[in-house]
Amino acid sequence: MGKTIVEKILSSHTDTDNFKIGDIIKARVDFAFANDITAPIAIKYFKESGAGQVFDKKRVGLIPDHFAPNKDIKSAEQCKLLREFAREYKIENYFEIGKMGVEHALLPEKGLVLPGDIVVGADSHTDTSGALGAFAIGVGSTDLAAIMALGEVWLKVPPTIKFVYSGKLNKWVSGKDLILYTISKIGVDGANYKVMEFSGEAIKGLSMDNRFTMCNMAIEAGAKTGIIEPDKITLEYLKGRAKRPYQIYKSDPDAHYEKIIEIDVSKIEPQVAFPHLPENAKPISKAKGIKIDQSIIGSCTNGRIEDLRIAAEILKGQQVHPEVRLIVIPATQDIYLQALREGLIDIFISSGAAVSTPTCGPCLGGYMGILAKGERAISTTNRNFVGRMGHPESEVYLASPAVAAASAIVGRIASPEEVKQG
Amino acid sequence: MIIKGKVWKFKDNIDTDVIIPARYLNTSDPKELALHCMEDCNPEFVKKMNQGDIIVAGKNFGCGSSREHAPIAIKGAGVSCVIAKSFARIFFRNAINIGLPIFESEEAVDQCLPGDLLEVDTEKGIIKNLSKDKVCKTSPLPEFIQRIISVGGLREYVKKELKRRGENV
Repeated sequence: MGKTIVEKILSSHTDTDNFKIGDIIKARVDFAFANDITAPIAIKYFKESGAGQVFDKKRVGLIPDHFAPNKDIKSAEQCKLLREFAREYKIENYFEIGKMGVEHALLPEKGLVLPGDIVVGADSHTDTSGALGAFAIGVGSTDLAAIMALGEVWLKVPPTIKFVYSGKLNKWVSGKDLILYTISKIGVDGANYKVMEFSGEAIKGLSMDNRFTMCNMAIEAGAKTGIIEPDKITLEYLKGRAKRPYQIYKSDPDAHYEKIIEIDVSKIEPQVAFPHLPENAKPISKAKGIKIDQSIIGSCTNGRIEDLRIAAEILKGQQVHPEVRLIVIPATQDIYLQALREGLIDIFISSGAAVSTPTCGPCLGGYMGILAKGERAISTTNRNFVGRMGHPESEVYLASPAVAAASAIVGRIASPEEVKQG
Repeated sequence: MIIKGKVWKFKDNIDTDVIIPARYLNTSDPKELALHCMEDCNPEFVKKMNQGDIIVAGKNFGCGSSREHAPIAIKGAGVSCVIAKSFARIFFRNAINIGLPIFESEEAVDQCLPGDLLEVDTEKGIIKNLSKDKVCKTSPLPEFIQRIISVGGLREYVKKELKRRGENV
């Protein structure tokens, strides 16, 4: 019987032959990383372990992005721990303020995570790199400390659910809408412990930025990770970026899947996920008119250049509604610079938006756009849990950059078509 | 180990943002984190719970972020174990790694009400509801997890493995 892409990647990283789904294997890790929230605990445990050095100085990443640039004294202390550890242990991929970005946008952009890799990050949205055809999973700090010391991770071999997307995307429908729709169909634990393999003609036509968005939110269905087979678009993206050789794996036609779910994308409208779970997605036609106080465009989900281009296309020549704060956060410095060169930053600021240096910031209620009691935001981020962006009695609606930009202009949740023809 | 405690019941999909809101993540001190455990879904929890009490929840407990601060806050507050219909996978790993006992049992969750007194045999996976006089058995932990627990958690496992590798060089 054939193998799935994930089974092939796992086989190439373990000495165990003939493992089956549910088995526990020890696998070699190609790249491991943590941020300013998760690294401090990992560093403490790593030091206690007695390991004199990390398993490979080139294959460990430390990215202060959550509460950085430091939002308060305690955050400053946490970021300082990362900086000092990176210097002491000569970690090559420490990204200082001015060079850093949101980790899941930054690492693929820098060519540090590659097809065929096993990537383990102490952050749940590590699954983002699955868009490159890597097996990328999120873990906690103790796991990461063990990986930094040993270069390997314990894994339970997961079953895979294959999603086949057919048909042509409607105008203003993006990877964000496909993943919100998919989560609404299977629920927030619909893929718990499992892999979501995204495939089909509609995926083949998606840009890398849209693919990253889809894999990024696999965790919101409980998945171990999301993955997309590398193709021409992947290889094009990797040109001039890849920092080391990589291996392309693809699923065999006779590979075994736990389930195959077919989705006709031509029936999907832009989606909006209502509070307080990502599974509460509804078509935009059923979400219009809800008054908002804030709109956030950014994060590891939707802070890439294409996201900013779409937002700018909608905001060009328009003004942000007087009762709305629009905050745009490019996910990395390179994206910020590219947006500046393309004139997108000019459009944002001229429309009345605030533009921030890269940070996770408001996505997890850190800073840079916290909601007061009773306030409501539309956001291109990934979670709308109770209190996620601030006060426990505030609300977050999740949507694409197009919908977030249109809503910022109208002052209520709005379809891009309301502000722009065609 | 035998654990005895009163039940605090929570619904399905309790996420890590309500277990420990991100606004408190600028520290990793268990005592400080414990002060805010479950704050956004039950602000009374930390004030009214007693040491050894048990969290009982629906499906997908601990979904969302990978923050280990979530099981650390629960353990730090003095909760003796968590019983849920199912756990989100990263929370499951984290809880095992830091030594917070967790059990999956639909039956045990459905049987108990807030305030019930439970007795849990962590090795045998037997949950007794002393208030309802009912017993249920959970499936044993996978063998590899038992091995990690038997050496004293993942941190101890790493120390042993580093030592073994050192001897092999």
